[in-house]
Parts: sequence; C-alpha cells; structure tokens
Amino acid sequence: MTATDPTSAAPASAPTIHPIPSGTRDVLPDEMRELRAITARALEVFQAAGYGEVQTPALEYEDTLARGDVRGAPPAYRLFDEQGRVLVLRSDMTVPIARLVATRYASAEPPLRLCYLAHAYRGVRPQRAQPREFLQAGIELIGAPAPQGTAEALTLLCDVLDAVGLADYRIGFGDVGLYQALLDGFDVRDEARERILAELVTRDFVGLEREVGMLALPAGAAEQLVRVPQLRGGPEVLSGLDGPAGEAAEGLRGVHALLEPRVARRLIFDLGLVRELGYYTGAIFQVYDPALGVPIGGGGRYDELLGRFGRPLPAVGFALTVERLHVALAGEERGERA
Amino acid sequence: MSDLIVAVPRGALFSETLDLLERIGIDASEVRSNDRKLLFEDVGIVTMRPSDVPTYVAEGAADVGITGKDVLMEQSEREVYELLDLGYGACTMVLASVAGEDPMEEARRRLGIVRIATKYPKIAARHFAATGRQAEMIEVKGSVELAPLTGLVDGIVDLTATGTTLRENGLVVREEIVVCTARLIANPVAHKLKAAAIDELLERVRAA
Repeated sequence: MTATDPTSAAPASAPTIHPIPSGTRDVLPDEMRELRAITARALEVFQAAGYGEVQTPALEYEDTLARGDVRGAPPAYRLFDEQGRVLVLRSDMTVPIARLVATRYASAEPPLRLCYLAHAYRGVRPQRAQPREFLQAGIELIGAPAPQGTAEALTLLCDVLDAVGLADYRIGFGDVGLYQALLDGFDVRDEARERILAELVTRDFVGLEREVGMLALPAGAAEQLVRVPQLRGGPEVLSGLDGPAGEAAEGLRGVHALLEPRVARRLIFDLGLVRELGYYTGAIFQVYDPALGVPIGGGGRYDELLGRFGRPLPAVGFALTVERLHVALAGEERGERA
Repeated sequence: MSDLIVAVPRGALFSETLDLLERIGIDASEVRSNDRKLLFEDVGIVTMRPSDVPTYVAEGAADVGITGKDVLMEQSEREVYELLDLGYGACTMVLASVAGEDPMEEARRRLGIVRIATKYPKIAARHFAATGRQAEMIEVKGSVELAPLTGLVDGIVDLTATGTTLRENGLVVREEIVVCTARLIANPVAHKLKAAAIDELLERVRAA
C-alpha cells in the first residue's frame, strides 16, 4: 500500500463521490507514468525531426472551427465569453494550427514543421463508450506538397510508433478524392452521389450496392463503383484504375515510391478509406494495431485548409490518440491475438 | 479462415446462421448441440443475443458477425462494416394498432401526438420524424403487443415475420416501415488487417 495507489488502500470510511463530466476522467500516477513515457518519446522523435512544439488555447472562437470545417468531429462544449461571443473547446489541433500559421507565421518561409501534445474535445454520439476529452500527439507539415511532404509525414509516423515500442501496427493509406473521381468519371451527381457517399461514410456496402443499383449505369461502371471501395491490400489494388481515379491512384503510387522499405511495408492501400474530418483533400491515412479494435490515429493532406485562413499552402499532418496508443501497447504486451 | 472470430446470434437467426457456416465448411455441430456454452474456440465462434453482436464486432472482440438489419439500424452509432445481405431471416418492421378504427388517428387528431411502444425507439422515432408526424416513444423490453391492449399506447412499432402474434392479439398492421434480413458485418480494423481472410469468407458465403 502506497500513497500513490488509493485503490489498494482499505477504505477507512466510505468515500465521498464527487462526479466529473460524462466522457472525462482522472489519471492517477501509475497510468500517468506510462502515458508520460509515451508522450516524452513522441516529442523527442518530433523534435529530432525538426518539428517545434506549439501550444494553442483550448478555447477557440466558434467561427474559427467553422472556417476549418470540422464536420464529423463536432465540438463537445460551447460557452459564451463576457461579450457574448461563442467559444468552443477545440475538436482537433489541425484547425487551431492553421489559424496560428496564418496569423503568426504570415511571412515565414515554408515549409513549417510544428508538433503538439494537446487535449481535444469532441461531442460523441450517444451510447458510445468514447471519451469527450482525449490527448493527441501529432505534427503538421505546412508548405510541403505531395508526394514528398506526404512521404515525410508517413515516415515520421512510423518513427514515432517504432520509438514508443508498438510492434504490429499497419497504416491504412487512401485518397479522399479517389472515389469522388470515380463518381465524376461515371457522371454520378447531385442527390444520387450524396446517397452513395452517405453509404460509404457509414461503411455500409450493402446500402452502397443498393444505391448504385438504382442508377441506370452500364454494368461495368456499377461493378466498379461497388468493388473499388472494398479493395484494400498491397499496391496491386491500384492497378486497373484509369481516368480521374487513375490520377488519385498515381498520387498514392508516387508517395509509395518515395518510402523506405520499413515504412512501405506498413502500408495497406485502402480505396474505401474515409476520414471523419471535412478538410482533407488528398492522401489520407489511419493507424491500426491488431491489439485494438479501433484506429489509434490518422491524418492526411489538407491542401486547402490554410487558404481558408488566408495563407494558401499545401499541408499534411497526423495525430495519434495517446490513450488508445497506450491501450494498444498494453494489449501487445499481453500478447493479444494478431 | 479459422483465424477469424465469428459472432453468431442466438435466437431467430441461430439455426439458419449455423446452416450457412456449415455450408462454407465450419463445423458448427457442437454449437448446435450445446446451448449453454458461449465460446467455441476451436471453430472461432462466439454466441450471443443478436443485439450484442454489433457491440462485440465494433470493439474487435469478434472480427465478423451476423445479425439482423433491425439491430444494425437501431444501433447505427456502432462503427462496423456491413458487408453482405445474407437474405435469410426476413422480417418486416411494422407500425400496428388494435383492429377496427385506428386509435392512432384519433390520438393524432385530438391530442396532436401518438404514443408508441417499441423495442426499437430509434427506428420508430426516425420513421415518424421522416413522415412529419409527432410521436412519443415508450421503450418496453418484453412483449410489445401487450402495450396497446392495456391502453398504455396507441400503437406499436415491432418486427414481425408472419404477423401471427399480432393477429392473435387483435392487432393489425397499419404501415410497413422496412424489411430486415440477416447481415454479415466486420470490425473496421479486422477488415483491414485480416483483409484476405475476410474476403475469402465473403467469397465462400456468396457461393454457398
């Protein structure tokens, strides 16, 4: 029994329970030590690669997040300041950093390399055991276009996961524009397009096939619209894509060609990959580990976001959810099934 | 394929699901004969009530699973891939009320709101919202048919295969909401990390 482990202490009297908001939690020393070990390694790797750590306010004006388009990752908390302006707790760090770069680095010579360790806050759909407050460790590489910038971000992502000791992770690698290009190619527009994309975003391939089937498309086109988003695996899944979808595939191949073998072997090309944030424009990625049933983090290119803040620069970044990374590491240690 | 953990629903879909698994070469005889055991590690099968299947699959405790579309619609916040319509276990989600003059009509006209008992509050609420009507959902766990007979509600939203239970309780179907069949679902991480095994399973199920 030590002072740092209240759970093992026999209670002298019944504790007085003071609740904390739903979706938040306290961290005690044993867990904190392990979390700190992860975040310290992550910051070391980021800084060794030339990424300077920044901090931004937890609160932003609601207009700032709206400008950044955080649909799919809505803020959890809103409040008013004394002048009646609407403040929100940030739902990610990419949008605050886009604001910071436009404002504080208005004339700095790109590329800019920034990293952070910060809490973000998201409204979660009811009945889902998901925190509203979570810790993100991530980087933003601003002013570095594809494919070199994307390759640098992916390499750093592997460096940091290797450094914290995660062994069996893989990185899903796709392009937000690929399926859109396929729809363009077959001239699927307006409402029909929205319905098909809604099925893709909710991962419903049965619904996707039904919606595609309702269109009067040539058999080959319908077959492609259903089959392509289900393709995932090695670079061979990119073959056979032509036209506008071929361009997106070419972009992914271009990044792949720049990667060292130790990074390239981690990739799973995924032509149906979607991310919940609205600002992504090109290559996107997501981190998986066999010891965890949900992704550990992800990122991608957001070549238009900085422009919305007045400093048009191509950019790419990623964020890892530290708590999930910790759970995956603990799972790998216990030898959970691969 | 043996490295996939499959979540199998007990209840109405149980027997046909085991038939399907046997047709694709999984030995389900022990699962069929032992109705107390829940985990069958040798053949990679875990059994549970259908409404728990999305939970186990979304969290990765099972890689793939089989459950009804009704369950998936009611738990639409669970992040799983819906891979295949298995076609069996077809049931219809219906809006029903006592036979004769529809009590829901009177409630709507005089009280402005209809009271509905259901085990599927989200599906029911979505149906009323989508048709621009006001309704109050009362969630019940047991036999929904009892609720309108006792005056608790004006109507029910429930799943029916043949309509027999509704008829025996003097209820008639007023609207059909959606037809639900069994679906094959997958965990989003397993879908990427075990892509080959899952695609092989899909191929075999399509061919079965």
